[in-house]
Amino acid sequence: MNALQRSGSDSMAQSPRSPTSQAPYLTVSVTDPAKMGNGVQAYISYKVITKTNFPEYQGPEKIVIRRYSDFVWLRDRLFEKYKGIFIPPLPEKSTVEKFRFSAEFIEMRRQALDVFVNRVASHHELQQSEDLRTFLLEDEQTMERERSQETGIFKKKPADFMQIFKDVQSKVSDVVLGKEKPVEESNPEYEKQKNYIFQLEDHLAEAQKHAYRLVKRHRELGQSLSDFGKAVKLLGTCEGNSLGKAFSELGAKSEMLSIKLQREAHHLLMSFEEPLKDYVRAVQSIKATIAERAIAFRNHCELAETIKFKEIDLNKLRLTRSEKLADAEREYEQLKADGKESKRKFETIVKLMNQEIARFQEQKTIDMGVAFHEFAKGQANLAKSIAEAWRSLLPKLEACSFFVQNPDA
Amino acid sequence: MMGSENNHIQESSREQMEIPILNEDDGSNDDVSTSKSYSNYCSAMTTLSSSSEHPLLTPPSIATNPASSDPLLFPSHDPFPESPSYADVIISPLEDSPTVSSDGDGGSDDVHRKLRVSPRSQLEGSEYLRITVSDPKKEVESSNSFVPGGNSYVTYLITTNTNIHEYRGSDFRVRRRFRDVIMLADRLSEGYKGYFVPIRPDKSVMESQVMQKQEFVEQRRVALEKYLRRLVMHPVIKKSNELKEFLTVEGRMPSSARTDVASNLLDGMMALPKQLLGESRSVIESQDAVEPAKGRRDLLSLFKELKQSVVHDWGRSRPPVEEEDKELLEKKEKLHYLEQQLTNASKQAESLVKAQEDMGDTMGELGLAFIKLTKFENDHAILNTQRVRAADMKNVATAAVKASRLYRALNAQTVKHLDTLHEYMGLILSVHSAFSDRSSALSTIQTLTSELSSLHSRAAKHETTSSKNFGGDNSRIHKLEELKESIRVTEDAKRRAIRDYEQIKDNNRSEMKRLDSERQADFVNMLKGFVTNQVLFLFKAYC
Repeated sequence: MNALQRSGSDSMAQSPRSPTSQAPYLTVSVTDPAKMGNGVQAYISYKVITKTNFPEYQGPEKIVIRRYSDFVWLRDRLFEKYKGIFIPPLPEKSTVEKFRFSAEFIEMRRQALDVFVNRVASHHELQQSEDLRTFLLEDEQTMERERSQETGIFKKKPADFMQIFKDVQSKVSDVVLGKEKPVEESNPEYEKQKNYIFQLEDHLAEAQKHAYRLVKRHRELGQSLSDFGKAVKLLGTCEGNSLGKAFSELGAKSEMLSIKLQREAHHLLMSFEEPLKDYVRAVQSIKATIAERAIAFRNHCELAETIKFKEIDLNKLRLTRSEKLADAEREYEQLKADGKESKRKFETIVKLMNQEIARFQEQKTIDMGVAFHEFAKGQANLAKSIAEAWRSLLPKLEACSFFVQNPDA
Repeated sequence: MMGSENNHIQESSREQMEIPILNEDDGSNDDVSTSKSYSNYCSAMTTLSSSSEHPLLTPPSIATNPASSDPLLFPSHDPFPESPSYADVIISPLEDSPTVSSDGDGGSDDVHRKLRVSPRSQLEGSEYLRITVSDPKKEVESSNSFVPGGNSYVTYLITTNTNIHEYRGSDFRVRRRFRDVIMLADRLSEGYKGYFVPIRPDKSVMESQVMQKQEFVEQRRVALEKYLRRLVMHPVIKKSNELKEFLTVEGRMPSSARTDVASNLLDGMMALPKQLLGESRSVIESQDAVEPAKGRRDLLSLFKELKQSVVHDWGRSRPPVEEEDKELLEKKEKLHYLEQQLTNASKQAESLVKAQEDMGDTMGELGLAFIKLTKFENDHAILNTQRVRAADMKNVATAAVKASRLYRALNAQTVKHLDTLHEYMGLILSVHSAFSDRSSALSTIQTLTSELSSLHSRAAKHETTSSKNFGGDNSRIHKLEELKESIRVTEDAKRRAIRDYEQIKDNNRSEMKRLDSERQADFVNMLKGFVTNQVLFLFKAYC
C-alpha cells in the first residue's frame, strides 16, 4: 500500500495544470477521522480527498465526508459487478471496539480504509467503476440514499455464500457421505492455486497472530522498564552522593527507554502487524472470488444440463407435432442465450482470476518486503538507541565505582 | 530453575565477573564487522542476495544486484551499509573508558576485559575459601530417633578448597546433614552476637516423603551452598572455629536434643516473617542461663505474641527497651527504609525479567512462523522476485530466532546481577538479629540492675532491723551474709553483662561500617553489570 501511495504521489509531483501531456492519475486519501453522534448512534466520519485528472471526474480535486458503512457499500457493489477480480478487503466491522473508539483503533481503521480505496483507485478495471465515482464525488445525502437502497437486495448473499464456501472446501466429505457429487472444475492448475490460497491464509494468520503478540510484548516490556526505573530511583535515595546519583540516572534512563519501547510498539503495529492483517483479509477476499467462480461454474453446468434436457424434450415435441412446440422452441432459444451468457460470465471470471493472481503475487511480494523491512529497521533502530542510552551510563558508573573503592581519593 | 546456575553465579560474583560470551557458536566476538552470519537485523536488511538460496553461506557483501533488486527497497538501504561502522562505534568508546581494577588478567585483548566488573573481594588480598555442596545421599539412622518424622535423612558432600592459614590444609571433604548446619548456625549466632551473621536456610516442616523428592533435595543443596558461601564471605566468621570444625572435621557431628526440639518448634513458625524468627531466636539464646523448661514456656508465649504483631516490627512487640542511642535509632530507620526500597526494586526487577523472557519467547515464535511462511512462499513461487523476497524474509526471521535465544541468555545474566538485591534483603535480616542481640544484652543489664537495687534495699533493711536487736539473730546474720553474697554475684554478672553489651555495640558498629562500604561496592557492581549486559546483548542481537 505504501508502494501504491508512493507511485501515486510520484505522478502527482507533476503539475495538475497540464492535463493533456500527462499520465492519467487518481489518488485518494482518507484522513481526519472525527467522532460524530452520541452513545449507540456514534460513528466516525472520514474526509475523503480525491485528486485526479480523469475526465469523468470533472475537476482536479474533490473532498467528501464518508463513514465506514459507505465503504462497505462500495465494496459490496464492486464485488457484485466485478466478479473474478480480487476486490481489496476492508477492515473488520467491529461491534465492541466501536463503542470504545480508542485512538489506536481509529488510526488502524483509517489506515486500512485509505489502503482499500487506493487499491481500488489503482486497479485498471475497478478505477473505471461508476460506483467508485459515486463514492468519491456525491454528497452525503445522496450517499445515504444509495446505501439504504442496497440493503434489501444483497441480504441473502451471506447464506448462499457460506454454502458455496463449504462446498469448495469440503468436497471430500460430500463424496464420502454419498451425496451428489458437487459440480466442480477439474482443473489441476486451478486446484494448485486454490490450495496455495488456503494454505497461505493459514500461514499469514499465524504470522499475524505472533506479530500482534510481539506488539503487546513491547508494551509490556516498556511498562516494566518504567516501573523498574521508578523503583531504582527510590532505591537510590537510600544511598548518598555518587552512588545515589548513579541509581537515579539509571532509573531515569530506564524510564526514558520505556517511552522508546512504547513508540516502537506503535510503529510495529502500524507498519508490520497491520499489513500482515491486511493480507490475511486480502486472501479471504480471494476466497470469496473463488466461491464466486464456483457458483458461476455450477450455473454454467446446470444450464448446460437443462439445455440438453430441453433439447430432448423439443425433439419429442417435434415428433409428436404438439402445439406446445412453438413455446418450447422459444424457451429453448432463451435457454441457449442464457447458457451462452453464463458461459461468458464463467470464462470472464477465469480470465480475470489468472490476471489477478499474477498481480496479487507481485503486489504481495512488494508489500511484504516493505513490511519486513520496516520490522527489521524498527528493531535495529530500537536496539541501537537502547544500547546507546545504556552505554552512556557506563562512564559514570565507572567513575562511581572508582569513587566507592577509593573513598579517600 | 535457578539451581545449577547458582553454583557458578555465586562463584563468579565474588571472583572474576567476566561479562560472559553470549553467543556460544561464534568463534570470536571481537570482529563483528566481518561477521559471516546474516542472522542479525542490520545485515538482513542490507542483503539483496538474489542468486543464492543460502544467504547464510555467502560471503558478506552489501549486495547491489540491480538485476533483481527491488526498486522500492534499494534506495532505503543506503543508511544501513553503515552498520559495520556502527559496530566500531560501539566498541571503541568502551575501550577508552577508565578501568579501575588492575587485576591480573591473562592479558587477553578481548574487549570484554575492559568491561569487567571488579568485585570487592579482589581487593581484600589473595585469601580464598571455595566451597562446593554436592552429591546428596540418603542415609538411614540406625538408632531410634527422638524427633518424629522418620529415620532416614540426606547427607551432602561438602568440599572445601582454601589457602587460609588457620585451616592448616588446603582441601577438605566432609559429609554433613542439614541438622548439622542448623547446629552450626545456632553456635554462630550464640558466639557472634552483634555481628551480621547470615541467616541460615529454612528448615521446612516436612514428612519423609517430601524429603525424598529430588527437587526438594536439590533446592536444599543450592540453599546450603549459598549459605556456606555467604558465611565464608564474612571476614570474621570465615576464620571462626565453629565454621572450621564444620568444614574440616570428618565423621558425624554431635547433635543436641535441646536444639532439635527448640528449633523444630521455631521452624514450625515458618509462616511468620523471617525477621521475627531472627528476633525470637536470639531471645531464646539470651536466656541460656535459664533451664530449658522455662525457655520453652517463654517460647510458647512469644509465639502468641509474634502471631499478633505486625510484620516490619522492629522489636516493638516486646517491652520497650530503653535505647538512648539516637544514632542507633537513626540507623534502624534508614535500614527499614532501605529494606522497603529493596523489596520494591526486587519486585520490579522480577517483572522486568519476566517481560524480557516473554519478549524473547514471542520473538522466537514469530521467527519460526516466518521461516515457515517463507519456505512456503519459496516452494510456490512463480516469480523470481518472490524468491528474492523470500530469502530476505528468511534472514529477518532467522535474526528474530537468534534474538530470541539471546534474550534467554540476557535474562540469565540479568537475574544474576539483580540477585544482589535479594542478597541484601537477606542481609538486612541478619542486621535485625544483630540489633536484637544488642537489645537483649541491654535488657539483661537493666534486669540485673533492678535486681541489684532490690537486693541492696533488702540488705539495707536487714541491717537496720538487725542493728536494733543487739546481740543478733544467727539466722538474720546468715540471711545478711547470703544477701551480700547474692549482691556480689549479681554485681559480677552485671559487670560481665556490661562488657558483653559494649562488645556487641562495637560489633554492631564495625559491621555497619562494613555493610555500608560493601553495599556501595556491590550496588555499583550490580548497576554496572546490569547495564553492560544490556549493551552487549543488544549489540549482539541486532547489529
